Amino acid sequence: MTARPGDPVRRVALPLSVAAGGALGASGRYGVQLLLPAEPSGVPWATLAVNVAGCLLMGVLMVLLLEGTATPHRLLRPFLGVGVLGGFTTFSAVATEVDALARAGQAAAAGGYLAVTLLGSLLAVHAGIAATRAVLRRRREGGW
Amino acid sequence: MVTVLLVAAGGATGALGRYLLDRWVRQRHDSPFPWGTLLVNVLGSLLLGLLLGLASRGAVPPWAVLLAGTGLCGALTTVSTFAYDTAALVADHRPALATANVLGSATLCLAAAAVGLALTG
Repeated sequence: MTARPGDPVRRVALPLSVAAGGALGASGRYGVQLLLPAEPSGVPWATLAVNVAGCLLMGVLMVLLLEGTATPHRLLRPFLGVGVLGGFTTFSAVATEVDALARAGQAAAAGGYLAVTLLGSLLAVHAGIAATRAVLRRRREGGW
Repeated sequence: MVTVLLVAAGGATGALGRYLLDRWVRQRHDSPFPWGTLLVNVLGSLLLGLLLGLASRGAVPPWAVLLAGTGLCGALTTVSTFAYDTAALVADHRPALATANVLGSATLCLAAAAVGLALTG
């Protein structure tokens, strides 16, 4: 992440890592949508599942990258964080799904879905951070 | 099989667009508030609203919704970075900015999607 602007890694490898990760993340999200198809005018469980799972993994990843013992490869964060997890999770689907639920006269479901997405995502990233820190601490203290 | 390739191609483009837009914003604004993530989320919500509005009138074929909607808009926007940014603001003792990020993102993305759908639907 300290590459200079003229550095070929920054110019080529970084954007390519992000794009490759985005292709994988979006494909994974699409796969979950195929496994958990939306019920007609119901709560979009697939989007909720990918967003909460993606946030949990983002918490784990960021602690491993920023606080782990080994120096991470500098393409890991662009590939896994920006690309895979960024492409896996999605805000635009949430916004249009909330809109669709509200238009279908399901105001309570729309509000509930939005609230659970926001709270669930924030709690998941917090849980991922806290759990990974606890594991790292225990490993440093020689517990494992 | 073709459908997942459409989503993957859109996802690669969307993630790359998010990276480039976020970098562009960061180079111009040295702010603790994640303006770049907010920008891509609002932009992607507007584009998905426009696209789904067109699709509801049959003006856009299903394959284009997979490419540009599920793939591009899906990957242009992100919840994981939004949530991590918010947690980082809380950890940095900036609860007002964290709250503003959550409420602002939710409000602006919903409004953007509704505007998009209203314009084309």
